[in-house]
Amino acid sequence: MSVAIRLVRCAKTFPDGTRAVEPIDLEIRAGETVVFLGPSGCGKTTTLRLIAGLETPDPGGRVLFDGVDVTDVPIERREVGMVFQSYALFPNLDVEGNIEYGLRVRRLPAGERRDRVEEMLSMMKITELRHRRVDQLSGGQKQRVALARALAVRPRVLLLDEPLTALDAKLRDSLRVEIDALLRRLSMTAVYVTHDQAEAMALGDRIVVMSHGRVAQIGRPRDIYFAPASRFVAEFVGTMNRLAGVARDGHLEVTGGRIPWHYAVEGAVEVLFRPEAAVLVDAGAGQVKGRVAAAFFQGDRTRLVVEGIGPEPLVVDTAGHQEFVTGQDVHLRIDARALLVLE
Amino acid sequence: MRRSAWFYPQLAFTVLVAAFLVVPVAMSMTAGLTVNFFQGVRSGLTLRWIGEVWALYRETIGLSMAVALACLAVDLVIGVPAAYVLARRRGWLTRLLEEALVLPVAIPGLATALALILAYGTWGEFRTSWGFILVGHVLFTLPFMVRAVLAVLSSIDLKTLEEGAASLGASFLQRLFGIVLPNASSGIVAGALMVVTLSIGEFNMTWMLHTPLTKTLPVGLADSYASMRLEIGSAYTLIFFVMIIPLLIGIQLAARPRRRAPVREESR
Amino acid sequence: MERRDRPYLILLVLPAVVLFAAFFLLPMVRLMAVGAGGPQGASAYAAIVTEPRYLRSLLSTLVLSATVTFTTLVVSSVAGVFLQRHAFPGRRLLVAMLTFPLAFPGVVVGFMVIMLAGRQGLIGDVTHLATGQKLVFAYSMAGLFTGYLYFSIPRVILTLMAAAEKLDRRLEEAARSLGASPWRVVWDVIVPGLRPALISAGAICFATAMGAFGTAFTLATEIEVLPMTIYTEFTLRANFAIAAALSIVLGAVTWVALALARTAAGSTVAAAA
Repeated sequence: MSVAIRLVRCAKTFPDGTRAVEPIDLEIRAGETVVFLGPSGCGKTTTLRLIAGLETPDPGGRVLFDGVDVTDVPIERREVGMVFQSYALFPNLDVEGNIEYGLRVRRLPAGERRDRVEEMLSMMKITELRHRRVDQLSGGQKQRVALARALAVRPRVLLLDEPLTALDAKLRDSLRVEIDALLRRLSMTAVYVTHDQAEAMALGDRIVVMSHGRVAQIGRPRDIYFAPASRFVAEFVGTMNRLAGVARDGHLEVTGGRIPWHYAVEGAVEVLFRPEAAVLVDAGAGQVKGRVAAAFFQGDRTRLVVEGIGPEPLVVDTAGHQEFVTGQDVHLRIDARALLVLE
Repeated sequence: MRRSAWFYPQLAFTVLVAAFLVVPVAMSMTAGLTVNFFQGVRSGLTLRWIGEVWALYRETIGLSMAVALACLAVDLVIGVPAAYVLARRRGWLTRLLEEALVLPVAIPGLATALALILAYGTWGEFRTSWGFILVGHVLFTLPFMVRAVLAVLSSIDLKTLEEGAASLGASFLQRLFGIVLPNASSGIVAGALMVVTLSIGEFNMTWMLHTPLTKTLPVGLADSYASMRLEIGSAYTLIFFVMIIPLLIGIQLAARPRRRAPVREESR
Repeated sequence: MERRDRPYLILLVLPAVVLFAAFFLLPMVRLMAVGAGGPQGASAYAAIVTEPRYLRSLLSTLVLSATVTFTTLVVSSVAGVFLQRHAFPGRRLLVAMLTFPLAFPGVVVGFMVIMLAGRQGLIGDVTHLATGQKLVFAYSMAGLFTGYLYFSIPRVILTLMAAAEKLDRRLEEAARSLGASPWRVVWDVIVPGLRPALISAGAICFATAMGAFGTAFTLATEIEVLPMTIYTEFTLRANFAIAAALSIVLGAVTWVALALARTAAGSTVAAAA
């Protein structure tokens, strides 16, 4: 029942002239969860709305569901399920009424509607909320009702527009796990939009990183994380350190010392690497030396800002009980294979 | 609770102002029920004047009610859809329309009535029917209905709600009747009360537009103040108050913000 | 979705547009044409300042409206701010009493004035008891003034109470901490804080007073306010051109006053009496 989605040369220019999305080609497999990730204004929501049928692509662009051209099919008949950032629950209906809405529009017989609603209520664990009014629900509850409503009509694809953005951090974490489990269990094609890269990595089978209306990279989460295609992607997803130095004789020489260098590039160069690629070691075993500028104890680890190794401060994570003072000397070993040279 | 020295003088002042407004109302209400106003309540209470008013001005009361209800019906059919369009499309064109609709309220009713007479006065049938008065009332009351509904529709995220309904398969009409109208209902009710109240009390336009056969309540009132004794004018005014006060209370109640049940955030 | 809904939207707004065009726009255009179509031609529009009678009417209306506006603003600010800031038993009742005359037509207001200040009015009786002389002023400028005050106060007080709610009390506390007396606090903090509301409510009050007809009609005074002048020109003198021209001028004045109110307040407002 889930469909494969294909976007062919889909671009979107708004009436006032803004080019929200440059021509994009994309294939989404049936049952796959694809996450559109990027900063505000990158075009991810517009692309989602193109798939939904709320916007039509510029001439020449096509949207296909399982090979069938649905570009001219309006959203009412595209059989998609949509969850909005603000939930868009109908204030004039109670929870049950909201979930039932799509079924009534389709004129399903009353018995079937009832069964479907029961199924949704129990699946989303909101049975006891059935008669509540919308303004009596908490954020997390509204979210569940929105999901139940979208899924009740058995859509061909589930489209989620930043559904967790409005919730507090702890709720986001727990709901993320639930949504992930839900999507797997239903093996439904899902397109999820978010600016939170942790969410993207957790939920996506594949991630489409976007910037200024263009696709920056498409790939599995680990590909995006370990092998970013551009500086933008590298720095958007997770934290990245920048280290400038001179590559010479198999070493990268920096202010604080030198690191083994495996690339062919010589001369002045700037590399990127993740905080976890650097480890704190004892004085003798280090490759580079620096000073602690700031230390943030975060419970499961301590994040240090270290100066003096390169022109910019570096972020390094370390676990354990050790306490740090500003100005303290630290020695690091950096994994040479984790160094990235990117445009 | 500590009261500053200014409290009592201000209270007295406010009570005086309130008295200024309310006392004549009370006076006229009693005058309408007194045998002889000149002698006061001592002369006894009676329903005689009310009876005479009913005999003399019964048609005006009926006509005012008919016009008010007809005005409401027209305003609902014309105003609610217009408010919806204004809520959905906030362009310069719709803002111009909104401004335009307010004009009959901004300029004196006298002028509007004059304009109507000069334009349509020669259409005999129309001119002498109560439809002529109805037109004036609709022009004057429509912006209130539109504004009340527009206010409610603007306070909800109409666009996203409609997109949500569309994503579930609803057509334009299904969205309009199933989602838009139910969510505009509080505005429609508030607007309706306002419209009926304004129509019943409208005088400036109606005085110019009326004919001896199409007299409304306020027109009759003016008549009675000029030519009848005080008790009759008072009784007539009393009837007007009785009609209007429930509506005013309704408007006050409709304007009160609805209480919401407390919402608790929970992390499961 | 926007594009495909457009034909529906046009259909839904059409009745309002047709109504407005047919029953307001067209007649207004006709009114303007009639105003310029009399024996004096377009100079009829200037008659409001050139003819002594009309000029007198205009001036008395302006003066009346201005004094009523000023008095209403003062009275309503004192009462409105007081009610907004103090809770006491009966407060709600007072507010209701002060706002319910909102819907009274001008004729009824005129009648109220007669009740208060007419030949058999309350004030007459009271002054007769106190001084032996009956004070009757319903049919004079004072009576007109009273009537206009009567329908202006409820309107303005509501607006001012809403504005008073939004005043930042901390500014007053700061002023007091710097040594300001209660009077100074009123002048230096409260009044400036209420300024937009005062301008807006004042403009509405002014516009309403300018266009008020029913009250003057009922009180049948010798004082001619502009709406009455227009009325007599039209009905008694069949002087259509002048009546039309004067109406347009009056309409323009009230519209400008309300546009001012709107820019000061930032929302659409209405005047009616």
